[in-house]
Amino acid sequence: MANFSIIVVKRLTNAAALILAVVILNFLLIHIAPGDIVDTIAGEMGGISPELIAKIRADYGLDKPLYEQLALYVLKILQGDLGYSFFYDEPVVDLIWNALPQTLLLVITALSLALVIGTICGVIAARRPNGAFSHFITVLALVGFSAPVFWTGIMFLIAFASFIPLFPPAGMVDPGLEPGSLDYYLNVLHHMVLPVVTLALIYLAFYSRLSRASMLDVLGSDYIRTARAKGLSDRVVVYKHALRNALIPIVTIAGLQFAQILSGAVLVEAVFTWPGLGTLALEAILRRDGPTILGILFFSSIVVVIFNLLTDLTYNLIDPRIRIGSKE
Amino acid sequence: MSEQVNSQIQDASESFEAEFKIPEIKHPLREAARMFARNKAAVGGLFLLLGILILTLVAPFFYTVDPFDLVWAPLSPPGTENAPFGTDYLGRDILAGIVHGGSATLAVGASAALLAVIIGLSIGSLAGYYGGWVDEVLMRITEFFQVLPTLLFAMVIVALFRPSIATVAFAIGVVSWTAVARLARSEFLRIRSLDYIKAARSISSSNRRIIWLVILPNAMPPLVVQATLAVGGAILFEAGLSFLGLSDPNVMSWGFMIGSSRDYLMDAWWTVTIPGIFIFLTVLAVSLIGDGLNDATNPKLRER
Repeated sequence: MANFSIIVVKRLTNAAALILAVVILNFLLIHIAPGDIVDTIAGEMGGISPELIAKIRADYGLDKPLYEQLALYVLKILQGDLGYSFFYDEPVVDLIWNALPQTLLLVITALSLALVIGTICGVIAARRPNGAFSHFITVLALVGFSAPVFWTGIMFLIAFASFIPLFPPAGMVDPGLEPGSLDYYLNVLHHMVLPVVTLALIYLAFYSRLSRASMLDVLGSDYIRTARAKGLSDRVVVYKHALRNALIPIVTIAGLQFAQILSGAVLVEAVFTWPGLGTLALEAILRRDGPTILGILFFSSIVVVIFNLLTDLTYNLIDPRIRIGSKE
Repeated sequence: MSEQVNSQIQDASESFEAEFKIPEIKHPLREAARMFARNKAAVGGLFLLLGILILTLVAPFFYTVDPFDLVWAPLSPPGTENAPFGTDYLGRDILAGIVHGGSATLAVGASAALLAVIIGLSIGSLAGYYGGWVDEVLMRITEFFQVLPTLLFAMVIVALFRPSIATVAFAIGVVSWTAVARLARSEFLRIRSLDYIKAARSISSSNRRIIWLVILPNAMPPLVVQATLAVGGAILFEAGLSFLGLSDPNVMSWGFMIGSSRDYLMDAWWTVTIPGIFIFLTVLAVSLIGDGLNDATNPKLRER
């Protein structure tokens, strides 16, 4: 287990370095962006004297050299201060904190659904690589990759919220329901169906194809032939021996894809006006609300780093070969 | 080089030909082309792409309605006289948008993919070829770019500058090169330890020569497949950004049509559905071609 703690320390250092890099990028983007906080304040106050501008600049530390400003910025972020949104009149951290749970609800539900159903579909398809179901999976994956996410969402919206009004077209919950009551949760669930299905479909297609390929790969290997030669039943060979190893690449890729899934969520949220980070980001962009959009970029990068870290560590725990492999 | 080897093998084989039936040895490119031509889905994709190219490059000369002109009553459904695909909320002709807007979509997709391939190939090949600290540094940079949620990062880039065809293509290229870099790195790592690279070193070929003239041609097949997929990805990306309202408002594109009609999609399904179908078909064609190229150039798959 000593090895494992070394790996943990290594990965944590790596994650910290990545986060620091994101902070620096954010800082640079703020400086590239035309107009700083003083311009905003000056704009709000109308006429403003050059002396006052200089004073505000000094107050915000904008007269200091760039590296000192960067140090101040890092310090501020360490204290959990991502800046202030003038448009919403609220600290950026609060805005993100309020939007994050909704996005995670959407993303995690869709991702779990896609992973479980996709793996099952892939395994079934791998049993008969040239069967009808296998071809269906291949076509589904191709269509899933080629159709724009938001377009699929819009098609669902038109079909199941407009032509056949089965589901609500927008939002997360109807107003006037008591938060915490059963009706409230059922209502949220009702609102969730279309966005979750839209988001899950692309990844469902992707994971079916991936697990089919991974399963076929494993089923062709020598130890499976040995297992069959021992006279083990087909069921034991496929589900106990093969599936275990076939799952490894699927889990890894699912972890690494988290950044892309967040991107997909932004689009799906925009289609269904789901009140999460994506909708917040879109509004911030349209209002040219710099601190908010940069805060979201920073925050979601951190979520991705943490997610990758967790995948990596679980992966190290599950697969002993990797633990031994990283000793050198 | 390979032709020489081929001819030598051919000479040697001729003497045996009387006794044994030796199959003809073909150039690998021709072999790949033959495999590709046999793949119905891939050929279908090629024809589909050809059709789309004709539509976007030739049809504008025959269908000359200006896509920004208000030609008919707003929100006329498809099948209306003069506007077979209907009109949007301002009364702009959807068919004109499809015909004239395709080239911008394809141009953004192609140039963004090209940028992604150039960045990815440079970083991946250097990392894979030199290894050591070069690899370490370049892969850390790649990892950094993988952590940033691509769409959000592209949104920030486009919003920082003004949305135009060039900034959109730039933003997409900058956020989508990591897959190419990883692939190029692993290919270069694999190939650099092969015997023919040792042979090239032993005749004191320069690093530049080995990278460009020896390894790159051999690493080409998977990279071409990846580049094809990158074009499809970039077109989808452009559509996504446009849908969010981040596209050049002065240039008609399929994504722009979807983005500008977003608020009217419940009243007029065709304004969003029709451009979406064309984006879907384009990406489908590109993916079919990519899959076909993959099957044709991957010897592992050929055996099956």
